[in-house]
Amino acid sequence: MTTAISIQNLAKTYANGFEALKGITLEVEQGDFFALLGPNGAGKSTTIGVISTLVNKTAGSVEVFGKSVESHVYQTKLDFGVVPQEVNFSLFEKVGDIVMTQAGYYGLPRNLAAERCEKYLRKLGLWEKRNERSRSLSGGMKRRLMIARALVHEPRLLILDEPTAGVDIELRRSMWEFLTEINNNGTTIILTTHYLEEAEQLCRNIAIIDEGKIVENTSMRKLLNELDSQVYILETTSQISPGFDLNLNNASLEIVDEHCFEVTVSGGLSVNDVFAVFSEAGIEIDSMRNKTNRLEQLFLSKLESND
Amino acid sequence: MFSNHKYIAFETIVLREIRRFGRIWLQTLVPPAITIGLYFVIFGNLVGKRIGEMGGFQYMEFIVPGLIMMAVIQNSYSNVVSSFFSHKFQHSVEELLVAPVPNYVILCGFIVGGMARGLAVGTIVTFISMLFADLEIQNLFITVTVVLLTSIVFALAGFINALFANSFDDISIIPTFVLTPLIYLGGVFYSVELLPPFWKFVSALNPIFYMVNTFRYGILGSSDVDIRWAFFILCVFIVLLFTSCILLLRKGTGLRS
Repeated sequence: MTTAISIQNLAKTYANGFEALKGITLEVEQGDFFALLGPNGAGKSTTIGVISTLVNKTAGSVEVFGKSVESHVYQTKLDFGVVPQEVNFSLFEKVGDIVMTQAGYYGLPRNLAAERCEKYLRKLGLWEKRNERSRSLSGGMKRRLMIARALVHEPRLLILDEPTAGVDIELRRSMWEFLTEINNNGTTIILTTHYLEEAEQLCRNIAIIDEGKIVENTSMRKLLNELDSQVYILETTSQISPGFDLNLNNASLEIVDEHCFEVTVSGGLSVNDVFAVFSEAGIEIDSMRNKTNRLEQLFLSKLESND
Repeated sequence: MFSNHKYIAFETIVLREIRRFGRIWLQTLVPPAITIGLYFVIFGNLVGKRIGEMGGFQYMEFIVPGLIMMAVIQNSYSNVVSSFFSHKFQHSVEELLVAPVPNYVILCGFIVGGMARGLAVGTIVTFISMLFADLEIQNLFITVTVVLLTSIVFALAGFINALFANSFDDISIIPTFVLTPLIYLGGVFYSVELLPPFWKFVSALNPIFYMVNTFRYGILGSSDVDIRWAFFILCVFIVLLFTSCILLLRKGTGLRS
């Protein structure tokens, strides 16, 4: 399989002496939906900055589809689109003009640019806003505009730096659907996000970066398999007596109130074993859900082990 | 990429610049026209009548070329410095930097954008001057060439200012404390022949003095300087400034961390 992006021993030390990247090595395969996770200041945006040539690296190399971003600067730039974390278009320009201008920078003839502009503004629900000044858009619309702008030259690789930050849940889910669709159509996607649920839902592979170092680089499935315990919140129709206990190895119970409790299951114990105990005690379960995002637990444990 | 992609990128930058200053014409095109119109009324018409002749011409005729050139210089410079710094300030310059646009295309796009505004204001001022003086251009080639080259020089200078600027104060310091004094001391309102030898020598160090006088030569047929020398100076400035801009862009000064 072709490698979409290959980062070797990438290091970046800023002028003030801050070491943002300490020799990271990372590969993303073509067609992947890849998550780059890390706390604030971990080096995610610096990594994206170096790939997109907005940040000068101190050492190491970056290749996009087998070509160096330094020696094949114009060819590699054609292959990727970047959606930055902060809004970076002119707030005085019209929505349509912003996308058309970007198409022009990529050398698209005007008729093709207009076609693509309509295609992506429609897909992202901004076509009706095309003649409005961009400053009048809501936060979510501004983020969608940056995605439309990044896609207008139809890159093979799309890099998104926290694309759904500050976006409401409904809009976030519609953006997930859109990103999944373009990934299914062959676009490789690299995503940095603070929403761990987002990474778990969308991405097949994941790297965790902390203090400028990669502390984990694996598939999402393998990473989640590392979890040895899960916490469920169960709600019951009948009342729970204060002294009730599961009396099971590898399972513990904490009563939240008389109709709600938390069960922690570990060591390969099946949820069915827990349900069997409730059934014997005559407690009817009304609903069950995961207490915490599973990836969040892992993420925190990886960061702790890096300290 | 498409065969003529560089031209499309260049055209996109130029049209974006023209759209920008066209959109805010009340700030970009009208004020210089009013200011220079007032110069014509006050200095040319009211004061000028008492002065009589300057350099062998009616005072109004004498100041017209200088005032047109002043409009071209100030507007070529300020268009590039304000536009490029705004792109930096809003981070929209990143749109350009992540795109496959060579540095020289970026630079040429902004230069032509600056020239477009400089020449637009210069044209407006020329029309206004016709209300006060009968202009008969003596040498069209020299007139057009010198105004184009001057516009390029100051668009390039504005670009360098924008690269180094970190705040809006930084983009007004050079025009206020360097450009305006150089223009006023560049022979716009007087002939250098009136000056004592020391100040004549100082004027000879001012590049704007050569630009104004060459433009005056093109329109009136008379100049305080050797126009061959003036063209040489203009070309040297263009080469030096263009090379500096390209090197700064390549290094990422003010743009890349």
